[in-house]
Amino acid sequence: MDQSRIRNFSIIAHIDHGKSTLADRVLELTEALSQRQMREQVLDTMDLERERGITIKAQAVRVPWKGHQLNLIDTPGHVDFTYEVSRSLQACEGALLVVDAAQGVEAQTLANAYLALENELEIVPVVNKIDLPQADPGGAAAAIAEVLGEDPARVLRISAKTGEGVPEVLDALIERLPAPAGDADAPPRALIFDSSYDQYRGVVAFIRVVDGTLESRQALRAMALGTTFEAEEIGFMSPERRPVERLTAGEVGYVITGLKDVSRLRVGDTITAARAGAAEPLPGYKDVKPMVFAGLFPTDSDAYPELRDALERLKLNDAALFYEPETSQALGFGFRCGFLGLLHMEIVRERLEREFDLDLLVTAPNVAYRVLERNGDWLEVHSPADFPNEADEVEEPYIKASIIVPKEFVGAVMELNNERRGSFDHLEYLSEERVLLVYELPLAEIVLDYYDQLKSRTRGYASFDYDLIGFRPGELVRVDILVAGDPVDALSLVIHRESAQARGRALVERLKDEIPRQFFDVAIQAAIGSRVIARETVKAKRKDVLAKCYGGDITRKRKLLERQKAGKRRMKQLGAVELPQEAFLAVLNIGDGGKK
Amino acid sequence: MSGVRHLYVHLPFCAHRCGYCDFVTLVGGDRELHARYVDALLAELELERGLLDDELETVFLGGGTPTFMAPGELARLLAALPPAGEVTVEANPETVTPELARLLSRNGVNRVSIGAQSFHMPLLDVLERRAGPEDVRRAFHHLRDAGLDNLSLDLLYGIPGQSPSDLERDLEEALALGPEHLSCYELEAKPGTRFAHTHGDELARQSEAMEGYFERVVAVLTAAGYRWYETANFCRRPELAGGRDLRARHNLGYWLGHDYLGLGIGAVSTVAGRRWRNAPKLAAYLGASAQGERPAREVEPLDEIVRGRERLLLGLRLDEPVPLAGIESALDPVALARLERLGLAERVEAGLTLTERGRFLGGGVTAELLA
Repeated sequence: MDQSRIRNFSIIAHIDHGKSTLADRVLELTEALSQRQMREQVLDTMDLERERGITIKAQAVRVPWKGHQLNLIDTPGHVDFTYEVSRSLQACEGALLVVDAAQGVEAQTLANAYLALENELEIVPVVNKIDLPQADPGGAAAAIAEVLGEDPARVLRISAKTGEGVPEVLDALIERLPAPAGDADAPPRALIFDSSYDQYRGVVAFIRVVDGTLESRQALRAMALGTTFEAEEIGFMSPERRPVERLTAGEVGYVITGLKDVSRLRVGDTITAARAGAAEPLPGYKDVKPMVFAGLFPTDSDAYPELRDALERLKLNDAALFYEPETSQALGFGFRCGFLGLLHMEIVRERLEREFDLDLLVTAPNVAYRVLERNGDWLEVHSPADFPNEADEVEEPYIKASIIVPKEFVGAVMELNNERRGSFDHLEYLSEERVLLVYELPLAEIVLDYYDQLKSRTRGYASFDYDLIGFRPGELVRVDILVAGDPVDALSLVIHRESAQARGRALVERLKDEIPRQFFDVAIQAAIGSRVIARETVKAKRKDVLAKCYGGDITRKRKLLERQKAGKRRMKQLGAVELPQEAFLAVLNIGDGGKK
Repeated sequence: MSGVRHLYVHLPFCAHRCGYCDFVTLVGGDRELHARYVDALLAELELERGLLDDELETVFLGGGTPTFMAPGELARLLAALPPAGEVTVEANPETVTPELARLLSRNGVNRVSIGAQSFHMPLLDVLERRAGPEDVRRAFHHLRDAGLDNLSLDLLYGIPGQSPSDLERDLEEALALGPEHLSCYELEAKPGTRFAHTHGDELARQSEAMEGYFERVVAVLTAAGYRWYETANFCRRPELAGGRDLRARHNLGYWLGHDYLGLGIGAVSTVAGRRWRNAPKLAAYLGASAQGERPAREVEPLDEIVRGRERLLLGLRLDEPVPLAGIESALDPVALARLERLGLAERVEAGLTLTERGRFLGGGVTAELLA
């Protein structure tokens, strides 16, 4: 198709502001789907996405409108997938920025808007949900116009739910968005903005052709990783796969590669012809690295092979997921897994439990640390267990956090950020009522219970987003927890020196409440190296007898003891101490920030 | 094969059901009902007589309140039961008159177990016991006067509201009577009893304060010359009792894993690897007896593993080692090694025994030892 009649766009929005509903209306209106076929939110294919209302994997759909080809590229809606969002945006010339007429501008709205502006996209602002009784379309339009430096009159007002104003949105895309401007005659270059795994056909790459033409059966090469493969099938989504012979400059579609390993074709890479290909890849490829780590262990140690298989299968669809085997004295065999962020971790955990029916123990999450070794090399550490007792220099990842709150909560948010080693960057009034606070914080302070604290201290009004801004030096120490003299590896944590004492004490006290009394005194200690910073004792039981046992109740007493023994068999070992499963889980949960 | 040498007879009638009781009991009944029950007991005895040895070691009349029975019927029953080396009757203090004491003594009873529970009135009220401390002392003397030289007192500790000094005083009062034997039980709020309903929470609250009572009971009684021969049972040491072994021979039979025959409603028998329990319904029991039939029974076969476990759990209640020959498979060797390291269990030449600390933790320790 002639590039002048193509428009490529994304929809960006804060969670629940109606992105998926708008996508549905667009498909319906352009008859890509008949109404009978229409399922709500067809772009989100995974159950989990549908349920949580989060779009996890981006996809692309081609729709016709008034003689033009519109390609809607769906983007993941959350901060953990910022890189994927940025690749999706790079595949577009413009974006619809959707704001809820009742909620107004939120932290993610801003983050996504800035991301779109950085990618030099033409932004078409849209106020959605104007049908809601509590809607304030004028206020929302003014706020969004302010952010974009745009005339409020050009902000479209729609209801994706009723369909009101949606045709005008499509018209605006054709009018306001520039057409693609690639070189149709140059060697082909196509940006991979997403990929998925088809168990019969291997890796499917979603691409935007920037220059030249890609053809079916053509030998292709991914430029950053050097992976070569044949285009087994080329096509576009409508919304099912529609094979075509070729995709030309400006078009969006898919390539079926037959590759059996998603890690060989990474988002952000450039596809070109294997022979006489382009000399330079498209800019912006980045190797995304997991920043949040946690140990995943099967509750039942026999389920280890199932967990391994499940992770292998998830990894096929999720190149950002990292895992390696880990052995814990307390928890047995499992995996240390790396995630882009907390949501990514939650999603992986839920998919493992739900789709693979696994019962998991998850250790408290930690971040990636960089430790300077004696030989002068920097070592990246993913587990507190690997963190050295004494290190001269340690670095931890920092983030820039954007928090939007009604102005009466500014004090509460500042207080929270100060407790979390945050440093104030700036503050901005977005409107009379709403304030944007920007802070720099160690990521480690976020991974525990920051969201919960933020929510509870702002009565749920805060919205929050963050960007990683790199590693910085930190005064970090490893705190070990010893039960009856044995360190419990699963409970070790890396923490800022100043918080070590308080956290160690809190952990030890909670453990004291959770560990049932044993036949002997159990010392519970928190220690940095060999220095004990907190100690409690669970006193030994003094009596544990069945008061009476005569001829009439031998069976009952025997069954009682047999049940007790069966219970013991299911117990988990914490050093020399046996714990019932429930207490063990509670002990592990202590790790997640001491929620009280 | 030698026959069963221990006979238990259940007499369920009581004047009143105490709140904490979870035994099979029936309130009241007139002489006519008692007579029919005794007939039925003797009929059941006839049906099972083939199981019994020619010579019985022990007979035990438990309840309920055996001494609440119409005296004529009690005498008739005692006279009709086979003779044995030890014949024990359980008695509630308020039922023991000089006449009753003589009746027991005349009919071959040579051991009486008196349900004293406490000597402190407010605690007896909590337990809903009818007898006061004076009743206990009076009963004791009546039995002595009738020539009974083997008397046991039952005491309860850990009663809601019982202070450490209350406990000391109860033990002192009991010792002042000079009983040959004492059974001391921690009060349990058994689920479903009226008592658990009324006092369960209070007991749970006090449990920490009272956790030293068991140790105290053992310390006081052993210091007074009693042998702590079973988890909850104490007897005067032979050297202080003219060389007599005053352990309860009937109960010792249970703890050593001997077979026993039980007669009456709710009574349990264990004979040759088979255990059965008579249905706890009086009317059905009397009905079956009138038809010349055995009462309805719940039967439980005991395989070798189960028998091994029972030998272990019963035997470890005693102060003498359990011989391990034949029951090794009931024992978890890893747990045993751990418990030995903790100083709670000990393997000795004669078998397996618990250390003193191990005995205070005997329930949990035994559970762990089971394979």
